[in-house]
Amino acid sequence: MSKTDISDVGLDNYKFGFHDDIKPVYTSPKGLSEDVVREISRQKDEPAWMLEFRLEALQQFKQKSMPTWGADLSRIDFDDIHYYIRPQDRQARSWDDVPEDIKSTFDKLGIPEAERKFLAGVGAQYDSEVVYHSVREDLEKLGVIFLDMDSGLREHEELVREHFGTIIPNGDNKFAALNSAVWSGGSFVYIPSGVKVDIPLQAYFRINAENMGQFERTLIIVEPDAYVHYVEGCTAPVYASDSLHSAVVEIIVKERGRCRYTTIQNWSTDVFNLVTKRAVAYRDATMEWVDGNLGSKVTMKYPAVYLMEPGAHGEVLSIAFAGSDQHQDAGAKMVHAAPDTSSLITSKSISRHGGRTAYRGHVQVLPDAERCRSNVECDALLIDDKSRSDTYPYMDIEESDVAIQHEATVSKVGDEQLYYLMSRGLSEEQAMAMVVSGFIEPIVKELPMEYAVEMNRLIELQMEGSIG
Amino acid sequence: MFFTIVRQIIGSINEESPATPMTVANSQATLAIENLHVSVNETEILRGLDLNIPKGEVHALMGPNGSGKSTLANALMGHPAFEVTAGSVHFKGQDVLALPTDERSRLGMFLAFQYPAEIPGVRVASFLRMALNARRTDEISAMDFRRLLMEKMDLLKMDPKFANRYLNEGFSGGEKKRNEVLQLAVLQPEIAILDETDSGLDIDALRIVSDGVNQLRSTDLGVLVITHYQRLLNYIVPDHVHVIINGRVVDSGDSGLAKRLEAEGYEQYGDTTSEGTD
Repeated sequence: MSKTDISDVGLDNYKFGFHDDIKPVYTSPKGLSEDVVREISRQKDEPAWMLEFRLEALQQFKQKSMPTWGADLSRIDFDDIHYYIRPQDRQARSWDDVPEDIKSTFDKLGIPEAERKFLAGVGAQYDSEVVYHSVREDLEKLGVIFLDMDSGLREHEELVREHFGTIIPNGDNKFAALNSAVWSGGSFVYIPSGVKVDIPLQAYFRINAENMGQFERTLIIVEPDAYVHYVEGCTAPVYASDSLHSAVVEIIVKERGRCRYTTIQNWSTDVFNLVTKRAVAYRDATMEWVDGNLGSKVTMKYPAVYLMEPGAHGEVLSIAFAGSDQHQDAGAKMVHAAPDTSSLITSKSISRHGGRTAYRGHVQVLPDAERCRSNVECDALLIDDKSRSDTYPYMDIEESDVAIQHEATVSKVGDEQLYYLMSRGLSEEQAMAMVVSGFIEPIVKELPMEYAVEMNRLIELQMEGSIG
Repeated sequence: MFFTIVRQIIGSINEESPATPMTVANSQATLAIENLHVSVNETEILRGLDLNIPKGEVHALMGPNGSGKSTLANALMGHPAFEVTAGSVHFKGQDVLALPTDERSRLGMFLAFQYPAEIPGVRVASFLRMALNARRTDEISAMDFRRLLMEKMDLLKMDPKFANRYLNEGFSGGEKKRNEVLQLAVLQPEIAILDETDSGLDIDALRIVSDGVNQLRSTDLGVLVITHYQRLLNYIVPDHVHVIINGRVVDSGDSGLAKRLEAEGYEQYGDTTSEGTD
């Protein structure tokens, strides 16, 4: 039957909003102090240099002021947050070894099933720790490393030490500093020279506890001629008070390598999502960020690519959906640091029910980076008159021999479009959803099919109740 | 219903059985318009229009610019900007004016638009499949739909690639009209209103579109052809012709009336200027 209602298929609520009663083995007291940082490092039995990195970051965090140029962050109370919650003692390599109550969470989210069907490896983080990790055996044999960051540090300390914090220093910005001080979990990915991982590696991030801060830290190293597609999904329960998610992701793509990093962020609408993501791409390498922001209360996230050598190419496909009380301040940053580099930024945002989206982008061309090309296209779709969309495109061009294009459009779902579609028998809601799916189609078609389905499903969910 | 969209976007397959055609009592199989008054921006355009379109017949409605032809088309389909102030429209025992646009469509009414809206990012095939499913009790399978679509596109001499284009986006005038008739062919309504389907068509396109409409003519379909010019009626020969002037039907006859209008113009009906627009 074609007229299946959303309520029939159980999508009329934020369906990831449940929480499970887990007794964590350790919860740090609320608030941030040197003691908390030392305790996290001690529990992880880290090398001294990492503790030093953390303590230095803590100082940076204290010195830096809150960013005031973006979304309203005044409601974040740094003293009311648990910075570290350890849900269990050890990590499982098999779902059977994951404690039943935690496993049931991931069952509800469909993760083990997805892994069997179409993933090369899965990491699942619950609050502060990665509770499950596995990677296909054949990839492991080829030298592919896909571990949680803590295990990565233990098992590959030299490799980690060489790269950790080199792309995003511990004092890069206030929230990167915070992450550097209290980071826990995240992924460490290493793809050896020439190895092409044909199906995605997925990390799944789940906040379960209330007043929790999740600070995962991811480092991806793609050696020459290698390829990887890394996908992350995020959800959290709905609580009355706010949670904070502040990740740092660093990526290095070496000569002719290619990395695609896809995020489907669907945090509950009480999460502040303040993330720093940055990649460097060397000669003829390609870095692609596919960034879908559907959930959270406030998101500030601008994935960056530093194009370091000739032939490097960077892309950001950004999609943001803001409903009632949501502010999605998303965008991209491209730094052309070498001649003959190219970048492409495509941003699509949808606002409804008073939601607010912003595209904030920065294209920078350094002196002598000749023959660079950059194309920025950002389109905003407004569903009603209460909603808002802003565009902040910054250009910093210090070289004259370049081709830079910027295009921005804002459109409203037209009455004529709805009337036309309804005249063919579609309900108003179906018609609206169709216009929205069409609007994001250029991005959705870039996703692997399963994620395209997920994206459409989430959009559909967001559209529910948007009429009238 | 997101499943519907998702399925159509990714084209997955599911089982189906063919829909059963609706049978209705003859008296109800007429689109009956009585004393219809319609205003746009508080200007009255239709001033008591009466018209009956029984299934199985082709009626032409001719009139000069501003006489209310397109107003009638949009009022019948329920465009929100067209306000019905008096009169009634009935079809299959239903008070059409009480129904929202989508329900009128599912009741069996169809409007081929003069200026169809562009829907970027939505492919012709996905859209048509969803529209078809909206009027069926069970979904058509991807394969059956493909077969049906290709058959109808062939009827209208359309390139199969057309099915993958975004709906009306960047279409030429002729492509838009052909796409409207394609929808008519796929959705198989019981009453079809063709609003100036001939405008913007060159002679070859006009012939193809008319051939398509003629092949769809059947006892199950009533057609209202709205046109300014007699030209289209050389190809789609109507059973009845009506003349609309200043928001009322002032004359009716057989196809000979259209020929006479071609020769004598609308002046014979007096002052045809109106403050309204078409």
